Amino acid sequence: MKAGFLTVYRRDMTRFFRFRTQFISSLLQPILWLAFFGVAMASSFDRLSAGVTAAGAAQIGYLTFMGAGIIAMTALFTSLYGGFILLFDKNWGLMREVLASPMPRRDIIIGISLSGMTKSWIQTIVIILFGMLLGVEFFTGQSFLGALVSVAGILLFTGIFSIGFLCLSATIALSMASPEGFQGITTLLTMPLFFTSNALYPTDALPEILQDAAIFNPLTHLITGIRYFAIGNDFTAIGIHFSLGPADVLLSLGALLLFTALTFTIAWKKVRNAVIT
Amino acid sequence: MGTFYSDGRVFRNRVTDIIEVKGLRHTYGDVRAVRGISFSVREGEIFSFLGPNGAGKSTAINVLITLLPIQEGEVIIAGHDLRTFPEKVRASIGIVFQEVTLDRDMTSWETLDFHGHLYNMEREERARRTDELLSLVELEEKRNTLTRDLSGGMKRRLEIARGLMTRPPVLFLDEPTIGLDPQTRIRMWDYLRGVNKEGTTIFLTTHYMDEADHLSDRISIIDHGEIIVTGTPWKLKNALGEDIIYLETSDNGAAGHLLRDTVEVRGIRDKGSRGILVLVNGDGSRVLPGIIAALTGAGITVETINLKKPTMDDVFLHYTGRAIRDGGMAG
Repeated sequence: MKAGFLTVYRRDMTRFFRFRTQFISSLLQPILWLAFFGVAMASSFDRLSAGVTAAGAAQIGYLTFMGAGIIAMTALFTSLYGGFILLFDKNWGLMREVLASPMPRRDIIIGISLSGMTKSWIQTIVIILFGMLLGVEFFTGQSFLGALVSVAGILLFTGIFSIGFLCLSATIALSMASPEGFQGITTLLTMPLFFTSNALYPTDALPEILQDAAIFNPLTHLITGIRYFAIGNDFTAIGIHFSLGPADVLLSLGALLLFTALTFTIAWKKVRNAVIT
Repeated sequence: MGTFYSDGRVFRNRVTDIIEVKGLRHTYGDVRAVRGISFSVREGEIFSFLGPNGAGKSTAINVLITLLPIQEGEVIIAGHDLRTFPEKVRASIGIVFQEVTLDRDMTSWETLDFHGHLYNMEREERARRTDELLSLVELEEKRNTLTRDLSGGMKRRLEIARGLMTRPPVLFLDEPTIGLDPQTRIRMWDYLRGVNKEGTTIFLTTHYMDEADHLSDRISIIDHGEIIVTGTPWKLKNALGEDIIYLETSDNGAAGHLLRDTVEVRGIRDKGSRGILVLVNGDGSRVLPGIIAALTGAGITVETINLKKPTMDDVFLHYTGRAIRDGGMAG
């Protein structure tokens, strides 16, 4: 068996399931967003935009609109934090053992990328289920099989996105000496990424400079993908008409792939040249 | 050094050398941490680097275990050239690092199993070896305990077990008993001797004189990035020559005069009014009765006697001109 990344993967997942508090608290945040912010905003927005419709387009409640954003937000937070294990291993754990072993170092990055992806998938499914319980209307008008394909599509987007940010997180972790430094950088990244995306509102409403930022924001592309599969390609929400063609979705997929290829390469180089004594 | 073959194996002139190092240098920026050291470790021996913190021990060992890139010099470990085949060197060695490198959220069993996976061990061999080693280091009862709940000594034992997981021909240990209490240290030495008896060559660094003295077959004293002297503990101590006898007598001056002309005595050091130091040739315990008899015969009363054999501290002091001390930068 030469698949060293499975060793890394298995170990990270063991920790994940052993210490459920981290898992549960990571789910608490999206659930609170949906249950409080989402429900409250939905009742305000939906009253305001009740009269606005476009011909042939489905009208979507705000809760459903932001549900996609919350899935993406959770994937972002989890992945951006996911590289912390490398900092932990570097300072207090078994990084030296792994680096001095015959296992190719690339497998470290592949392993934690895959475990990060798995965690995001579990969270995504839990949030979809909980959201639908609260009144998020995903997959309406889709057959069972169609819904399954949609879920697969969402997981595809979430998976690529997670790996991308996991690799970014791994690079930060390997560059930082202390948890405080890591915490500082990741916190600095999350809020701007979240607010320059289309998670809570359409980016059309942003000032032009932020609209440009949103185009280069991987979060926007993830949310575009999730909305396409969960809601559809033609809908109105918050009084705005959204129309997504296959080209838009492919563009977003391509953007995510590009982003992930880039961060993976950087992380790989980082771990290949890492010297820890 | 030998003939190099394309697959990294080197035909060694002396088959018994399992580690061969020639002209190893390592610098960090302007700091010359290792300044050209050469030595070899024979198969089956326990070999120590003894030196104070900051002497370059850890830098040297980190190059040998591939954690630091090799800059200058030649290193052959278990027949593999470190420069061209680091992967093969990695597969041939076990390592116990200076700092604790256990995941505190994994159990003892998982720690060893993980290591077996890292080194591509087959499932059956992995399971067998894990059980074997847990029993060797007496941690069978702790197999399902998270390593965070192990004592310092248990953690060290688990790390030694991990280092032995793949049955490596050479085990490297960087300051193996740092931070352990005296009893635990002595037990650790027993484990290491046992492991060595089973055929594993051991290379260790230490700044503890007693550790180097009790454990090693051979010692290299290293200071300021250079090897000062290499030899067996016995030879190093004997190279200093004499045992030292400290005497307090009723008349130190007369005693000194009397003993100065004795064949066994190499020299007398006056320690002021309190007493005298007598440097003797050979075994002090054999010379001592004669000295007492001579003094008594001359009517000098012996009040205090202290026979001191040279220790590694004396050896270290002799070769480096200073005593080894704890503290300061880790080296």
